[in-house]
Amino acid sequence: MSTVINDTVRDADVLPERIKHFPFPFSGDIYRYSANVEPSRKEVPTEAGAWGGRLLHIDEHYLAELKERDEVLDRDPSRLQVLPHMRPAVWDAICTLLPALAQEYPDTVSFTREGNVCRWRNSLQNLDVQFTVGDDSSLPMGPLRFLGSQIQDDLVFLDHRQDALWLDAGVVTFAADWSVGFDVGMKFLEVHHPVPRVKEEKIVSRAEQFLMRLQPGEQYRRTNWTLTIDRRLDTSTETYPNWAHDRTTIADDPALPDRLHLRVEIQHMIRLPHSGAVLFMIRSYLLPLRDIARVPVWRENMGRVLAELPDDMAEYKGIINYRKAASDWLLAN
Amino acid sequence: MTATALQTKVQPVLEGTLQLEVTNVSAQTDSITSISFGDPLGELLPCYVPGSHLVVQHASGANAYSLTGSGSAPTEYSISVLRVEGGSGGSLAMHALAVGDRVQVSHPRSAFAPAATAKHHLLIAAGIGITPVLSHARYAAEWGASASLIYVHRPGTGAHVAEARALLGAGLTECLDRGSFQEVLTRKLTTQKLGTHLYVCGPTAFMDSVLEQAHDLGWPKGLLHSEAFSGAALDDGEPFTVNLARSGVTLSVPTGVSLLETLENAGLSIPNMCRKGICGECSVPVLAGNPLHRDLYLTDQEKEDNAAMMCCVSRSLDNELELDL
Repeated sequence: MSTVINDTVRDADVLPERIKHFPFPFSGDIYRYSANVEPSRKEVPTEAGAWGGRLLHIDEHYLAELKERDEVLDRDPSRLQVLPHMRPAVWDAICTLLPALAQEYPDTVSFTREGNVCRWRNSLQNLDVQFTVGDDSSLPMGPLRFLGSQIQDDLVFLDHRQDALWLDAGVVTFAADWSVGFDVGMKFLEVHHPVPRVKEEKIVSRAEQFLMRLQPGEQYRRTNWTLTIDRRLDTSTETYPNWAHDRTTIADDPALPDRLHLRVEIQHMIRLPHSGAVLFMIRSYLLPLRDIARVPVWRENMGRVLAELPDDMAEYKGIINYRKAASDWLLAN
Repeated sequence: MTATALQTKVQPVLEGTLQLEVTNVSAQTDSITSISFGDPLGELLPCYVPGSHLVVQHASGANAYSLTGSGSAPTEYSISVLRVEGGSGGSLAMHALAVGDRVQVSHPRSAFAPAATAKHHLLIAAGIGITPVLSHARYAAEWGASASLIYVHRPGTGAHVAEARALLGAGLTECLDRGSFQEVLTRKLTTQKLGTHLYVCGPTAFMDSVLEQAHDLGWPKGLLHSEAFSGAALDDGEPFTVNLARSGVTLSVPTGVSLLETLENAGLSIPNMCRKGICGECSVPVLAGNPLHRDLYLTDQEKEDNAAMMCCVSRSLDNELELDL
């Protein structure tokens, strides 16, 4: 009896984890903005593997990314913002996300709580700490910085008042060309004002309505994407001079397939159960075009999406100068 | 606050219910009893936002009751229920509960949350309306927020009086008759510092009166909060019928069941994502009849056109709709 070996299957078996768990965002050859929300923790199969089975995901970059976040915060403390009325929300996030991580990675981390006294152990960081909910001094680096040192996601806190959401706290070190220090205190609609098309299409106000109707404990997610040159997580507005110039030269760089990355954000939206604040979590994944091209369907989808993308959207994403070069390379291989 | 009668149908009001055990029953007054529910295995219960309510199922239906704790890492969910003779039966069923009884309850739902930015929380309660504002008072005490309470109750009939006194101290004003309450209310409404939020719970006429006076004295609407259970979620809606033109099938959509669920139960596969009227995935084409649009996806113009509806949340204004399915 002969065994038929399917080439696609065999190739997927040898693909590295970074490709297998990559949340490839395109399901066809055209991309437009949409409020593409769905319940979280539902695994999505891809051509290469699957993603999305968990709320929080520890991958091979865990220690490196947290080290980078720490360095960014040392250099630029404005990436962490907490308006005073958001203190309960930050503690609520600690008491929600750390147990969630412990539930998803029981062999790696553990969380116990007796009254307001919590114990957190993290074997990846050789960490064993006790702290008291509501007592900021029990976490010397501060509650939000501590939380940001345990998970790879950027965190944004939205307060719900006067029939609107307000961006009133956050720790955002891996922003894709925006600034939490600039946006803090703004309304959700104001934060999204620069995005083309979405005002006309009422996408942002619909998204805000959706978030305001979330009940405590509910968890949803969506994805967003852009392109990033080199494996650079910190593309905040503050560091613009460090990375923006590459966007004018990458098109002619022979190293484009290795330097240019598809950046996908998995954005979780959850209503924190005790404070009632909306927590917006942004987890960024970067994969170079060279890796994308190892999955034939991805190569073709992404090549066509980049070629078709309207100019205003390509301009806003900051990819208009090199999206053709990227598309040409993907479709030629 | 007092019970709000809900549909007798268990779904979807009690979707994702918790099976809890009565852990404590204690009389607050002659007619008000406090009941606590805990996890049968002693696990912590999900946290809740102050001012949340719990839907509790009983033999003749399900009722919503305010939770009286702060909502922080609760080991128990506690409610206080006023016995209402000749009501829908919910309060009598609650009063008949005994320690060890098992009950089905919803996850706590928030519709009367404290404002995080408030400089001061002015809480106003009448009678059993003390329950959600007691939750607010506990939360304020835990986080060191400024709060005061005007509590109207007849002598000897006030629930949670001792706790209110301990939590608020000089911040508590008890009023034992209507006249003294009116005097206190007028004074408090005219002497609050900027940034004070007002929260009121009690009989509807009482709440309306407080809100109207605050409004007349120039309080902005955004600073006024009153307990309204119906604001938390879409209601169960009226039953209606759909004719599926292409498949020649007629289906009944009962109250409390969505059109999407009805279609799915009939074996149809309708693309859907959020199931909350936001993503637009579950749009179905309408051939005849007027849908009751309750989604956030369609534009006002599209809703007027009545050519499509989001079957996860929208229902029908007419007895019958015809769909192109």
